[in-house]
Amino acid sequence: MTDATAEHVPSGAGQGSLLAKDARTAKRNAAETRFKTYGLIAVCIGIAMLILLMTSILSNGLSAFRQTTIQVMVELPEDKLDKSGVRDPEVMAKVTTFGYKPLLRDSLIATVATAGIETDLDPKDLEALVSDESVAQLRDFVLANPEVIGQTIPVQVLANGRIDGFFKGRVTYESAALDNNVSPEQLQLAEALKEAGLLRTGFNWGFLTLPDGSDTRPEAAGLGVAILGSLYMMLIVLALALPIGVAASIYLEEFAPQNRWTDLIEVNISNLAAVPSIVFGILGLAIFINFAGLPQSAPIVGGLVLTLMTLPTIIIATRAALKAVPPSIRDAALGLGASKMQSVFHHVLPLAMPGILTGTIIGLAQALGETAPLLLIGMVAFVREYPSGPPEGLFDPATALPVQVFNWTQRSDPAFVERASGAIIVLLVFLLLMNLTAIFLRRRFERRW
Amino acid sequence: MTFTKATVSALALIAASATTAAARDQVQIAGSSTVLPYASIVAEAFGENFDFPTPVVESGGSSAGLKRFCEGVGENTIDIANASRKIRDGEIEACAAAGVTDIIEVRIGYDGIVFASQQSGPAFNEFTPSQWYLALAAQIPGEDGALADNPNTNWTDVDAALPDAPILAFIPGTKHGTREVFEEKVILQGCEDTGAMERMMAAGMDEDATEEACMSIRADGRSVDIDGDYTETLARIESDANGVGVFGLSFYENNTDKLKVATMGGVVPTTESIASGEYPVSRPLYFYIKKAHIAAIPGLKEFAEFFVSDDISGPEGPLAEYGLVSDPELADTQAVVSDETTMQ
Repeated sequence: MTDATAEHVPSGAGQGSLLAKDARTAKRNAAETRFKTYGLIAVCIGIAMLILLMTSILSNGLSAFRQTTIQVMVELPEDKLDKSGVRDPEVMAKVTTFGYKPLLRDSLIATVATAGIETDLDPKDLEALVSDESVAQLRDFVLANPEVIGQTIPVQVLANGRIDGFFKGRVTYESAALDNNVSPEQLQLAEALKEAGLLRTGFNWGFLTLPDGSDTRPEAAGLGVAILGSLYMMLIVLALALPIGVAASIYLEEFAPQNRWTDLIEVNISNLAAVPSIVFGILGLAIFINFAGLPQSAPIVGGLVLTLMTLPTIIIATRAALKAVPPSIRDAALGLGASKMQSVFHHVLPLAMPGILTGTIIGLAQALGETAPLLLIGMVAFVREYPSGPPEGLFDPATALPVQVFNWTQRSDPAFVERASGAIIVLLVFLLLMNLTAIFLRRRFERRW
Repeated sequence: MTFTKATVSALALIAASATTAAARDQVQIAGSSTVLPYASIVAEAFGENFDFPTPVVESGGSSAGLKRFCEGVGENTIDIANASRKIRDGEIEACAAAGVTDIIEVRIGYDGIVFASQQSGPAFNEFTPSQWYLALAAQIPGEDGALADNPNTNWTDVDAALPDAPILAFIPGTKHGTREVFEEKVILQGCEDTGAMERMMAAGMDEDATEEACMSIRADGRSVDIDGDYTETLARIESDANGVGVFGLSFYENNTDKLKVATMGGVVPTTESIASGEYPVSRPLYFYIKKAHIAAIPGLKEFAEFFVSDDISGPEGPLAEYGLVSDPELADTQAVVSDETTMQ
């Protein structure tokens, strides 16, 4: 018996040397190599998808940050714009954009003629070179500066979306020949205007500041209202979700007794974190609009809904951060005679702060990208008025960045594809900034034990 | 504790401002995504030219819009519902139950539904309702009226004059108002024209069953329901040259460089041929106003009047330019709005 055992022991392990691998080691090593390859392939697929996504968004969307404008010498005759001659904006407002339209058209014809460009386009086609928005901009400018009436002033007007698309490569002579909305002759004229230095393509500040434009004015559509709306909502989420979430987590983690009730609450919080966001929209419609009577399409309701959605994320992150603070810190504080509350607020909370802030920023970033809950509370809308400053502005209608992307992808004019991709880039930049801040905070303030 | 203070003050601030929230001063609109572009064009022009703020326009579909419209009267309900169909009796009842009794119905014009395919694809230039029925019906009755599965797989099976291409149609999903019009004005019409309806009736089917059999669309992948927007239909057609899609006229007008349109029954869809009723596939577009809100919401009546004015909705206005078929009886509509005539 003893012999048999003695023979057995070395036969399993002792025969091979460390330098020559036996069959089992080779197998294990092969398995490890295979696993590494699988991992590498997975990462590569992920990176490839990311590159594909970014290329498609950037190639479609970067052109949204450039915009073609035409310089027109506009004659502003007094007899058309202010018959009374008193320069009273209220009286002048009676001349609508329909009254300004012929002025701009005549001025454009004159500008083209002055530049020495020959064209046989009829006035209507010529007028189509500039955006409908330019008439409204001209009227606003005249109403704000009544002294320009009677003069001929140079005005930079937005080019029509199709003309703009031509200089960005979206519209070509071939496509224009088939297109009902633009003709090759118009494109030729636009090229001649460019040679004459009257038409130029520059950085599109309007994309970041202007409000949404209707379906006929893709060139004038901007993200101004959406950025403000998103900002207001983020402020509300931050002001509500952070204090409530942190207070709830501190209570649950440090003070609450461990019993069935706290278990139940814990399960519910984890559960809420996984609830589809549209559910919060339904809740928001029922509670905040129908019951509490808050206005529709307002950032306050959007912010409250997103607060509900973000709370579980913040609570879970905060509790994890509090748990990571070693008990010895608490014991030391208590041992020196600090009260429970003093130990939490003077010692535990400051140490947990980087984790809490990281969780909060990630929760905010998630809230920034949400559209579904906003659908039911009326924020997926066409809004052109800027909301006023807070706090009143929180009750004015506004949209949000992801909503603007959603709206623009549904429009029929192909120029909105560019705008939608541009809006995605803006949204991604905001998300990137937020996530970088989260990483920075964690790296800078995190303490390891 | 600083953040306890912050919480309390933030909550107090919000509670205080909630109680002082000013009365709503802009018009709120929701409803049909077909009417949305027109409504936003008008809203934009209204905001530019009037002292009232630009109305807020939401989409979401005719049914969803009317449902919200019928939620009740008050500042936190919408003022106008856009619809690409007439309001249903059930919806009027739901409205009445919630206290919305005086409703003004405004017809703004007509929307044409067109059949278009990829610019460089097979020559789908002429269609008739019969061809669409034979191509898309789930079951087609034989000579004896007994229903059998649709055997057609190629457009040439349907009609030798059509291009040699497999049948592949992208039609609006059932949640769209357009689907209803498509079924009634194309498929049902085709069912009648081909005599299929007659054969089914002769075989002893009752009227409802016959209509249902006529309008059931095949589900074997040759007809694809698009539940999204026309942009999705366009993307599907761009990726498959053999596809034929159903679009709104205004969408086609904006994408003529990518799409070519087919005639229906020999008529080219244009705003003129639709207005005259020659082109068969069209439907009226409406919006509904809560009369009780006219006194409470500044600018509501002015907006409605501006919407139906000749400058906007007339044949030369911006809406017609975008693809709306203007209503030949626009003057009657203008009278309805200025007199605030409610529905009976």
